Parts: sequence; C-alpha cells; structure tokens
Amino acid sequence: MDVSEEIIQYETVALEEVKVWHKVAKIGDFPVNGGACVLYKGMQIAVFNFSRRQEWYATQNVCPHKQQMILSRGMIGTQQNEPKVACPYHKKTFSLKSGENLNGNECSLATYPVKVEEGCVYVGFKG
Amino acid sequence: MEKVVVIGNGMVGYKFCEKIRLKAGADKIQLVVFGEEPVPAYDRVHLSEYFTDPSAERLSMAPANWYRENHIDLRTGELVVTIDRNQKKVITHLGHEEHYDTLILATGSSPLVPPIDGVNKVGVFVYRTLEDLNNIMAYGTKAKSAAVLGGGLLGLEAAKALMDMGLKTHVIEFASRLMPRQLDDTGAEILKNQLEDIGLSIHLNKNTTALLGEGALDCLSFSDNTHLSTDMLVISCGIVPRDELASSCGLSTGPRGGVIVNEKLKTDDPNIYAIGEAALFNNMIYGLVAPGYDMAESVAQQLTASGDKVFDGSDMSTKLKLIGIEVGSFGDAMGDTEGCKTVVYKNESTGIYKKITISGDKKQLLGGILVGDTSEYNMLWQIMNNSTVLPPDPEDLILGDRSAEGGGGGSITTLPDTAQVCSCEDVTKADIVKAIREERIEDLKAVKTCTKAGTGCGACGPMVADIFHDTVAAMGKRVRKVICEHLDYTRQELYDLIRIKEIKTYDHLLDSYGKGDGCEVCKPAVASLLASIWNDLIVNQDTIQDTNDRFLANIQKGGSYSVVPRVPGGEITPEKLIVLGQVAKKYNLYSKITGGQRIDLFGARLEDLPSIWEELIAVGFESGHAYGKSLRTVKSCVGSAWCRFGLHDSVSFAIEVENRYRGLRAPHKLKGGVSGCRRECAEAQSKDFGIIATEVGWNLYICGNGGANPQHAQLLAGDLDSETCVKYLDRFLMFYIKTAEPLNRTATWLNKLEGGLDYVKDVIVNDCLRIGAELEKEMQYLVDTYSCEWAEVVKNDALKAKFSHFINTDAGDPTQKFDSIRGQKVPAAW
Repeated sequence: MDVSEEIIQYETVALEEVKVWHKVAKIGDFPVNGGACVLYKGMQIAVFNFSRRQEWYATQNVCPHKQQMILSRGMIGTQQNEPKVACPYHKKTFSLKSGENLNGNECSLATYPVKVEEGCVYVGFKG
Repeated sequence: MEKVVVIGNGMVGYKFCEKIRLKAGADKIQLVVFGEEPVPAYDRVHLSEYFTDPSAERLSMAPANWYRENHIDLRTGELVVTIDRNQKKVITHLGHEEHYDTLILATGSSPLVPPIDGVNKVGVFVYRTLEDLNNIMAYGTKAKSAAVLGGGLLGLEAAKALMDMGLKTHVIEFASRLMPRQLDDTGAEILKNQLEDIGLSIHLNKNTTALLGEGALDCLSFSDNTHLSTDMLVISCGIVPRDELASSCGLSTGPRGGVIVNEKLKTDDPNIYAIGEAALFNNMIYGLVAPGYDMAESVAQQLTASGDKVFDGSDMSTKLKLIGIEVGSFGDAMGDTEGCKTVVYKNESTGIYKKITISGDKKQLLGGILVGDTSEYNMLWQIMNNSTVLPPDPEDLILGDRSAEGGGGGSITTLPDTAQVCSCEDVTKADIVKAIREERIEDLKAVKTCTKAGTGCGACGPMVADIFHDTVAAMGKRVRKVICEHLDYTRQELYDLIRIKEIKTYDHLLDSYGKGDGCEVCKPAVASLLASIWNDLIVNQDTIQDTNDRFLANIQKGGSYSVVPRVPGGEITPEKLIVLGQVAKKYNLYSKITGGQRIDLFGARLEDLPSIWEELIAVGFESGHAYGKSLRTVKSCVGSAWCRFGLHDSVSFAIEVENRYRGLRAPHKLKGGVSGCRRECAEAQSKDFGIIATEVGWNLYICGNGGANPQHAQLLAGDLDSETCVKYLDRFLMFYIKTAEPLNRTATWLNKLEGGLDYVKDVIVNDCLRIGAELEKEMQYLVDTYSCEWAEVVKNDALKAKFSHFINTDAGDPTQKFDSIRGQKVPAAW
C-alpha cells in the first residue's frame, strides 16, 4: 500500500457535493452506539452508528491533536444535544455534525455524509 | 478574496493568525505566513522553562498541523528579503515571490548587542531563540561560572536558567539598580538582597569595556579597572526592533529603530501594518506580549471589518516570579505623576516591599511596585484600570484591612463587571461569570478552556480562580458532585439505584434516570459501577467502555496495544517465561518488566490481540486487567520460604489475595503488596492496601499511593491472622467501591472522607454501621462470579470479530509506524 497516508488531506464533503456513494458495510456489522473504521481509496473514515438517536455520522479517523488513527474507537455521546465523539487518547471531543472541536481552539474534523439503504451503509465522497 | 501576508511567526504573528481565523475563514481571507526560524511560533515568555524541560513542543503556541487545518500557509525557515511595494509582493531568500493585498510586519526584535571589544568571542551568547538556548545549554555543560550582562527582566530570567544549570552566576548591570524600568531604588535593593541570599552575585554600576580571553571568553573588564572571571556570558541588554525590511522599502522608522505606526497600526503605506515589538507607536516600543496581542486584535478587526478597536498605548505592567521571588510593577510605578503621593511598606526581615502611587486627591490609584509578595497585584491593577474610588485608608490596599468589619475595597465582589481580568486574551470579569453561569461550568480548567482567560502569560490565574469560586458559591452550588449533564446523580447514588432497581445495562439506566444520549464521562463511570455490582462480561457492552476496556488491552502511541498477563504475586515458572518470550518474538512485541512484578508486551496490533491471548491462555495465563480500573497486582517480597529474615510466607499470601480480587473493578485502579517482614521489600506501604508480616500475624495498611502525590498507607489494624486480614480487606475494598467518586484512588477517597481513618476503622473493624456482613457478602459474590475476560473472548467468534481496525477489509492500520531502540521496536514519535 502507498505510504502517503500522512499527507492525505481530509476535507469535508457536503451532501450536494457527493459524486460517489461508497457501500461500506451492512448495518449489523457496526457496533451499537459506536463507531467502526472504513478504508476508501487510502483514506480512513470513522463511521458512527448512533443507534440511540437513529443517526449515522462519518468523520476522518485521524484525531488532529496527535495525528492518531483512532477516532472510530472513541466513545460517542452528546453535549447539550450536540452529538460528539471523544478521542480515546486525550478525550478531545468533536461535534459529529460539524466536526468542530468542542474543547477549545484545536483543529476540527472533516465530516462526510452517510446514508442507509436496504440494510447497507454508504458514505459519500467527491470521487 | 483578500490575501494577507504576515512576515514573522513569533508570538504576536501567531496570535494575529489565530485572531483572523476566529473572525474570517479561508473563504474570505487567504493567509500566508513567513517565519525565519525552523519551528512554528513558540512561547518566548516562558523560555527559561526550556532549560528544565527541553522539549520545543511544550512551548509551542500551536502544532504545525494547526496552521494546516486552519488553511494558513506557513513557511518556516524562509526569510523575506525584499518588499516590493509597487508590485505589492515580497521576495524570500529562496527567490520565492508572494503577492499581497495587505502586508503585516510582525518581525519582532533582536537582542541588543552593545559594541564592546570581544563580543564575538566564543562563549558569548544572546538570549532570544530556542537555538540560543540550545547553544547556551551545550556550552554550559563545560562551564563552571557564567555572567549575564543586563539586570533587567529578561536578564534575571536568563540568570535563573544559568543557575539551574549549576553554574556560579553573576549579573552585571550598568545602572545603579536591578530592573531599572520597573523598580525604584528601595524595591530593587530588596530584590537584590533576596537574590544574593540564594547565591546570585550582583554587580551594579558596572560599565563593561572589554571581553577578554584567548579565543574563548574568560574574563570581563570594567571601566573602573576591575575584572570578573567567567567561563561564559549571556547578553541581555534590551532589544532592537527588526525594522530593516521596512526601512529598505522606504517606510518611516524611528531614530532608535521601530516601524512608525499610527493608532490603527498602519505604516506610511496604507497596505502595510506593523505589530508587536517591531512597531513604534508614540515613540515607544512595546516589548511585552499583552500590548502585542492588543495590536494583533486591532488589525484583525480592521481586516475583517468586525470592530474598530484602536491601539492607544498599552499598559506596561509586569508581574513575574524571578527565581522564586515575586515581583510586580504597574502603572506609574516610579511616582512620576505631578502631585502624586506614595504609600510604602517595607520589611527587610521578610524581604517584602510594597509601594503604591495615588493621586494628589487620594481618590485614584496610579501605579505601584510589589517585591516579595504580589498577592495583591491583580486586585491593585484592577482598581487602577477601572478607576475604582480608593478606600478612606489607601494603605489597606497593601496591608490588608485591619478593621474588624472588613470591606477594605479590595475583594473580587467589588470588582466591576467590565474589569479586564486577562489582558493577554482580553477577557472581562463579566465574560467569566457569564461562562460559569450559562455553560454550567463546574471546574476551573473548563473556565480557562471556555473563556481562554489565563492561557496567555498566566498571571491572572489566581484571580480567575477567585472569580470562579466566588461565582459558584453565589450560585449556591457545590457539595453534590453529580456525574455529568446526563445523569444528575452522584456515583454513590447511582450505585444504590443500580443495585436496588437491578439495572443491568447503561441504556436502561439512562432511559430510566437520565437524559440526553450519554458521553465519555458517564459511560465508563456507569460501566465501572455495573461491573462492580453485577460482574458481567464487560465486552457485552463494549461501546460504553473506555478504549482499554473495550479492547481489553492498553492503548499506546500509534494505535497499538500492550498485553499484560497476570503473574500473581510476581511468581512465574520458567515454562511460562519461555512462552512469554516466544509470543513476544512471534508478534514482534517490545518487552518490559513492569513495576508490579509482571511483564508488559507492547506494540500488539488490534487484530492480533485474540491470537496472542489464545496462545497465552493455552499455557495457563489469565488477563492481568492492566487495562481496567481494577485490581492490578499484589506485589510481594520473596518471604520466609527463602529469606533468612522472613517471618511469614509473603508470596503465598500475595498470590491468595491477588487471586481473590483479580478482575475486581473499582472507581480507580487498585494495587496491593505483601512484605514478609518490616524491611518492607514489597513496598506495601505505597499501595492501596499493604500487608506486612509481624511476629504474630499481619499488619494491614490502607490507602497508600505513589503517583503525583505520594502518600504512605496507614495502619488499619495490627497482628491479624490471615482470615481476619482478608475479611477486613473485603470490607475495606467494598466500602471504597461503594462510596468513592469516579476516578478517585483510595488515598484521595480517604483524604476527602469525613472522619478520616478513624471513621474507616470504626466502619471496618468495629462495624459501627453494621454493614460488615453485607460488604463481605457483596465481595464474595464478585469473587465467585469472576471469569477471565480474555478466555471468554477467545472462545467466542462474534467477540473476536470486534478486534479489527477496518470494517470493510481485513487489513491492519497501514499508518502504524515503528522505530527501534536498543534492539526492540517502539512507536514512531507523535
């Protein structure tokens, strides 16, 4: 595999920008109220099954704080009704909706659209 | 789109970028930053800390990826050499050209090096950049003595650093006193006495005329024909603004340096601003961080049309701790205002000097000096800045209110809401109070994160803390430490709820007694409670566990995990040792002996964990629960079986105790120790529970702790037989598990417990609450229901499947990288 992962720039994809809906797995493959990591064209995307809210989210898997490929293993939850994920390393938390860092001024996450059709989970990319 | 080019990536240049990005995204303003140093902006204010902890990262204002994430094009190690104002572009030493719409000069300053004979000798340094510090540290290892030229603020900081390096240190000052810009004669004299007391040599009225030595410096020569031998010299005589770029492109500069700017920080060229130490405003260079930040804010507001703050000449107040001696100076420190009066307190025996300057009509505070005790600094500064009317006896401000009623005018409550508390980040008292009330902030750290108060120079920290405590008290809060916004219960209340209502899952608890969707605070706290009460297999509810408990291993840098099998009492057979070695070799694991007498295997890939454990379990190993807030190890000395001093068999007892409590989940990790005699080779008195053999039985100690605040365990009961010892241990551990706050070790729990050790003795030994039998029963249930978590996982394919990095491929994480050290692998640094 190409070792250029480090320089991959993760950029938020808005719903209207989606050109490719990539089928990643079946709903049942995901943990309940938790995340799993998806590989797509060398990119690592954390996909979260927020079953309690019947919502799905996707963000970059790399935590911008220490550049660790980890966020899919983070605990999810809410802060004042804003869905969020906490990085397992230092508990930096990020909004699952906007990717924004909720602890202060650290960098934010790129987010990706998710859709569920006929029991399968798809993540949207620009290409 | 507007394109802004910033020349200079120091503290002010960085702050400018931060402020711009808070107001305008990359879609509105394109930012390109040139920094001549090889690393991004770092905190020069705390430079001397680099000597005790030389990691550039700790001083960094923001990591390199911050710039990337904020779409700031940062070019470190690239020096701008030309500004072409006609074509609005800059040219760098690499020949790169960059067009700008607006140019910001944040070029800072360089150290002033006086033209003394011999300044180019080896062993002469300046004190400004990390590179300077590295050079000083390297040279200092060969030196025995050092001198600092300049007894100002920075010079004394440098002297502290040199003293910390173990060098005999001298300070040379041209003026007749130390810190001549901030202190008066008396204040400086008190400071000098204090500094001399701790071993610094101070030489005043010294005009250095030559630096002598064959090649390398070895002696300073002064105009009064005296000499001083020294192995090295650090020059700290002030700063020279870096205005060479500005003057070479025709911008006006001051006669003694500095780019001339107006109150909008604009230079002669309307498209070029200057901020920080390079800017000359009203014939003044502002060599402190706070005014530089003010300038950055003003320009950021103008460029984003978000405000009209002008720079009106900042306050040059200073508060710092010099080599352990507090010094503060603010406003009209010298008493220069016409008709002003001064109030002075001086105590040579304690080394304290306080002076305030007040207006002729005794109504306003104009400034002051504090040496030896700056506890009133923030309050005084606020009174001055807010023009608060002074109390009838202004001396109360520095001596404290000596009347019985109180109300001397110097308390947090009298501070107006508009008072600026943090001058670095421009945060007012109202901002802080509002954040605490509206965001329901419950700890001081969150106040700082939320408002940014205290994140600059840090001088306002104590005041922020006071406002926090005052506001929280005014809201009538405290006492009840509830878990988080989702569960309005204390841990102890939840323990009872879960037990009495027989709640088995997190979702059930949240649905019945909570609100919202949970978070990373309440999930693991409840997971721990469920495990402490029902002892079900924790991976059945894997997504409420912290990552270590979710994957039953300890996460390490780079996303790999470490594996620690249980070795009860530290006793292990050669056969098992061989298997550990074979497994480590097969899976390429870094191996290290732990402090708890077992072996830690690092660097396991997530997807390898089940097979690693399969091999370990096959030869009789069990999970060591190193990943859990649970019993870790019971350390033992070799005991009476081998040791000629041993009174009892400490190894056997340690194994019995460790096996009894293995897997026991608690509010925090638990460690134990058993020593066979009072020589205490197992260090049992530093553990949560420690057992030490006596002539007739065992002494049981509880609530010891290593860690950040070491605490010795205290004797709960003496000369116990083994059975009673275990009974008391059952009761003690269960009582702690039921009553402690989340993540409190036993030592912290005991320190907070009303009644302290006497109360614990009463509950455990005298059974004053009559819960002894119940505690023992609850513990026995946990002992009886123990099973090895890893044994459960390796025989269950569905559970094993959870151990994979990707959901859509079997591959491992391709970004995991390892280096090697002393023949073993280690994760690549982050």
